[in-house]
Amino acid sequence: MRFAGIDIGSRTIELVVVDDAGEIVCSLQTDTGFDPITAAQKLIAEVHYDRILATGYGRNLFEISFEAPTVTEIKAHARGARVFFPDALTVLDIGGQDSKAIALFANGRVKKFEMNDRCAAGTGKFLEIMARTLGFEIDDFGREALLAQKDLNISSMCTVFAESEVTSLIAKGQSRREIARGLHTSVIRRAAGMINRVSSAGAIVFTGGVAKNPCMSALLRQKLGREILVPDDPQLVGALGAALLAGQDPSTAQTRPIKKMPPAAKEANENDPGQAAPAERTSDRPGI
Amino acid sequence: MSEDYRSMWQLLGLDLEAHDALLNVLGKAYQDIFLAQKERPRGMEYFDFVMSEVHGLRIRELLDEKAAGRKIIGSYCVFVPEEIVLAANATLVGLCSGADFAMEEVEKCLPRNTCALIKSSFGFKLGKVCPYLESADMIVGENTCDGKKKAYESLKDLVQNLYVMDLPQVKSDQGRALLKAEYQRFQAALEDLTGVAVTAASLKAAIRTVNAKRAAIHRLSSLRKADPAPISGLDALLANQVFFYDAPLRFTKSVNAICDELEKRIAEKAGVFPEKTPRILVSGCPQAVPNWKLPFIVETSGAVIVGEESCVGERGTRNLTDDRGETVEEMLEAIVDRYYQVDCAIFTPNPQRLEHIQEMVAAYQADGVIHYGLQFCQPYLMEAIPVEKTLEQAGIPCLRLETDYSMEDVGQLKTRIEAFIEQLH
Repeated sequence: MRFAGIDIGSRTIELVVVDDAGEIVCSLQTDTGFDPITAAQKLIAEVHYDRILATGYGRNLFEISFEAPTVTEIKAHARGARVFFPDALTVLDIGGQDSKAIALFANGRVKKFEMNDRCAAGTGKFLEIMARTLGFEIDDFGREALLAQKDLNISSMCTVFAESEVTSLIAKGQSRREIARGLHTSVIRRAAGMINRVSSAGAIVFTGGVAKNPCMSALLRQKLGREILVPDDPQLVGALGAALLAGQDPSTAQTRPIKKMPPAAKEANENDPGQAAPAERTSDRPGI
Repeated sequence: MSEDYRSMWQLLGLDLEAHDALLNVLGKAYQDIFLAQKERPRGMEYFDFVMSEVHGLRIRELLDEKAAGRKIIGSYCVFVPEEIVLAANATLVGLCSGADFAMEEVEKCLPRNTCALIKSSFGFKLGKVCPYLESADMIVGENTCDGKKKAYESLKDLVQNLYVMDLPQVKSDQGRALLKAEYQRFQAALEDLTGVAVTAASLKAAIRTVNAKRAAIHRLSSLRKADPAPISGLDALLANQVFFYDAPLRFTKSVNAICDELEKRIAEKAGVFPEKTPRILVSGCPQAVPNWKLPFIVETSGAVIVGEESCVGERGTRNLTDDRGETVEEMLEAIVDRYYQVDCAIFTPNPQRLEHIQEMVAAYQADGVIHYGLQFCQPYLMEAIPVEKTLEQAGIPCLRLETDYSMEDVGQLKTRIEAFIEQLH
């Protein structure tokens, strides 16, 4: 049996397939774009699996379109994080639109969690907009921020207000790197607050796309004085967790195979599921 | 809606176009939220009817009562004693709240960061869409939280007939004396308005009527202890909401009819959700019609709500009034005793509420508690933190939510609630 987990996030969709032993068979990623269901449809058409479990903000849409069961990002990240760090008791997941701090029991079950309220303050989207305002590529943003000599205080966490604050700092001739550092610090302050509300000590597994930003983990370590563990490909942790839950967790025993394809997507998709499925692509990423 | 209702609404001064829009939204929501449920008790048909006529037939009845010389008293709070209202030959109705309406107008009178409940009540007035408010001969405000008591100062300019009742905030001898003095003042104001003196006989009959209504709701609540749950939390909440609108005797009869049906269901082990469905107690701020967002999300995410520790729920209805008094004075004492036990978060300190939440968790075999707080509702949001701590220490999972009547946080709420339910499995 092969079990798939699909994490439909606001920015990207990840798909991970595991085998009976829980080993990763393949993983895929694509941009969510403006049509998440078609994007998801294309991903799942590329792999073989027996059961699938959806997570992420688009999970309910997926559930309706494909009659697939769902699990929250919170449970999925908790499960996925344990693959890399089996003793982890705290998980921080910062994705495109949401951030979550999760405390686990020793057996890996979710004990308590905190989640950001409504807006994108303190999430990947916030950092992305700020990087653009400062003229950085998103992949360079964290590296550049790490090189700053000092922190500039950014007082606003509202994305729109912070953007105008940044614009006025640029106009005052402040260093872009230092502004970037200040922005990272303000996100970390918020993340640290969430973590402290769920757990007070021990290592923290940092997952989600934002965990790839080196400045984020460095500042988090500095701020909390706790070990920060970042898995390889942290953005795949949710999908991996969902895949493992699809196969292993008795609480998703109602998991059933996909029964129907969404009509629109079926027409648009040239890979007729009735034909021989295309060869599976194994992730070219090391680690997962 | 019949033309008859339209002319009635027009006479009441409602904004017909806005009111149509409101009823359309309400009807659609009711369809999607209530009628879409499976295995509903047949007795819910009565409540479906009441809701379909909540601004129609019920208002017609109230206007008929007025024509026959009765007065209509509108209230925003469970501290307004229905017993005294009935004894003075008047009818008590809950006033509209529970949805965002005319918010641009509201924010000219109230700060934007006022709680949704208060803003909503103003919205229904300023938007001219609440026939209960427009039918009322007396609107009773009460000095509960700071938000409400200051808001009544502004409401006074918007309505002709506002009566403000003071309430104690500390449960002491002086606090009780204040409540009694205020109930006596309220009785005198009602007698003035209706021209009918409260007598021992009328008060006794009124106490019995209201007790019967509460007893019926207690019976319904108690049947929710069964697993599988014989009725959804949404439907039970609806009964608790209709408690504030319906004619008391008819309401009592209808709730008891549902209970008869539920008892059969329990005997047959039939439920609206499978056995072992995670059971949730909702605790916190009141949920007036059509504030159904939270229970809808919970009950479409794999859990069932088995109780409401709320003013629209057990906090509001928990106790009966002792009806053994022989004089108005004795019965008034009993009424004060009864209302004095309401453990609203405006009281300081308020340890009874914490005890009641734990008692309810045990009685209804709840697997977890969702603390429902309206944004900017300081008393309940502040109590939420000790509630969460105490429950966690007792090993009872608790999810603290802060929300309002808008739909903008539905996605986030759903994720939180689903994750919480996953914790309970």
